Amino acid sequence: METTVAETAGQMAEGIAHAPFVFLFTVFVLACFVGYYVVWRVTPALHSPLMAVTNGISSVIIVGALIAAGPADFSFSQIMGFIGVTLASVNIFGGFLVTYRMLSMFKKKGR
Amino acid sequence: MNETLIAFLYLIASVCFIMALRGLSSPETSRGGLLYGVVGMVIAIVTTVALPIVQSYWWIVGGIIAGGLVGTVIAQRIQMTALPQLVAAFHSLVGLAAVAVAAAAFYAPHKFGIGEVGNIHAGSLVEMGLGVAVGAVTFTGSVIAFAKLQALMSGAPLVFTGQHILNAALGIAIVVLIVALIVTQSQAAFWALVVVSLLLGFLLILPIGGADMPVVVSMLNSYSGWAACGIGFTLSNSLLIITGALVGSSGAILSYIMCKGMNRSIFNVILGGFGTDSGAAAAGAKSGDKPIKAGSAEDAAFIMKNASSVIIVPGYGMAVAQAQHALREMADLLKDEGAKISYAIHPVAGRMPGHMNVLLAEASVPYDEVFELEDINRDFAQADVAFVIGANDVTNPAAKTDPKSPIYGMPILDVEQAKTVLFVKRSMASGYAGVDNELFFRNNTMMLFGDAKKMCEDIVKSLG
Repeated sequence: METTVAETAGQMAEGIAHAPFVFLFTVFVLACFVGYYVVWRVTPALHSPLMAVTNGISSVIIVGALIAAGPADFSFSQIMGFIGVTLASVNIFGGFLVTYRMLSMFKKKGR
Repeated sequence: MNETLIAFLYLIASVCFIMALRGLSSPETSRGGLLYGVVGMVIAIVTTVALPIVQSYWWIVGGIIAGGLVGTVIAQRIQMTALPQLVAAFHSLVGLAAVAVAAAAFYAPHKFGIGEVGNIHAGSLVEMGLGVAVGAVTFTGSVIAFAKLQALMSGAPLVFTGQHILNAALGIAIVVLIVALIVTQSQAAFWALVVVSLLLGFLLILPIGGADMPVVVSMLNSYSGWAACGIGFTLSNSLLIITGALVGSSGAILSYIMCKGMNRSIFNVILGGFGTDSGAAAAGAKSGDKPIKAGSAEDAAFIMKNASSVIIVPGYGMAVAQAQHALREMADLLKDEGAKISYAIHPVAGRMPGHMNVLLAEASVPYDEVFELEDINRDFAQADVAFVIGANDVTNPAAKTDPKSPIYGMPILDVEQAKTVLFVKRSMASGYAGVDNELFFRNNTMMLFGDAKKMCEDIVKSLG
């Protein structure tokens, strides 16, 4: 019992606790439903910006890469983390910026 | 920072991403939505960097600056006609990033709290395996899609015998390798899984033809989301799971809309080979020696000058000819003549979902003059002129009347109901589906042969 507590404390110290699969799966299923309803409401005229912005936000995978690139000791994992951070950054900046460019073109009749 | 605060900040970021998509429900709210997206990303990154495990910042800052510069330059320089390739390229990066993160987690599992090297939890390995597989498939699949869209390789579907059996075998191999990964925990199994998945990505997209690229790009959009999801499960990170699920369902819905726009099933598209169909030639009206009425730019200008309502039907051919600015100029002159101008967009008019809307917006066409198929189809009966430019198959009445036609059942724009149909076209060649369009031979159709841009400019001259 004591060891379990110690282990848990150890994990807490690292900043990452592991939620049970069922909990994560619940989050996943609910998020799919939210995605379904939100995306159907997107006007077809903005489907290209939708793809570009989803490109940007799916690069939130950078979160995993940051953890890998962060530790002080040098390792193979850190190189992989660096690659992940770089690739995801291309997408975050590129995806959001190209979405901005597209959206600023959409104008109403103003002549 | 304690656990609860971190989870709370990740939740805020997730909500921001949902709001970003929500904003796209209308052009007015879209820019505000984008801001939500940026804020969500900043929260996600700052929160993660503030985690106690992150102690050295050089790699991180270096990666963000290098990647950010490249992304910024690309996004600023890209032509709007090249948008589909850009999106495909971006998808490939998400896939590759997923593989990199999974590899990092596999080599240093303690950082992510999923076990020790050689003793990673089985559940985490299943999730990691799936994340890697989907990520790698997304990467190579998107590279092929990019090459086809950028015309670095032929858009023709590449089909060979035994293709589907080979793909199925690779799929089974992926499952076997994930099991092997759990049992042996070996690096060999991990990298074998990466290689097999990369190969599968290539083979999945190769047989899909250029005309089906809107579906492929949407599908890869979806895959990139599921890859993020897989990694999210591995790392027990709800932010990644939520975002991945949002992106995954978004791509899936777009694929569905594109398939419906072509009246094809998703399986039909994935199995590929469309556009090489030998049966296509037999179907449809035979061109042969039926008479057609060809006109000049002056004729077209005269007809449209006297029209009170004109519906413009742009297709990808218009974008290829870079005719959108000349077209808008023509429309402006017609508006000065008192004509009501609207644009009719078919769901698969461009090379990706919504592509044509962006191209028209770029040419300063107001978005409230642009209508989707179901909103404008009834108006053709009252229109004096339907001006079809660079589109073909999406106007072909055979889709409604000829069950033998390969495009039968596809929703089309009812241009034939307009009093006069003006058809700007380079030649009598058939469209992507390889079908003749009986519209060319109708009495109320006038063909305007020539380059789309040149034709619009000539009409502008005649109008002025």
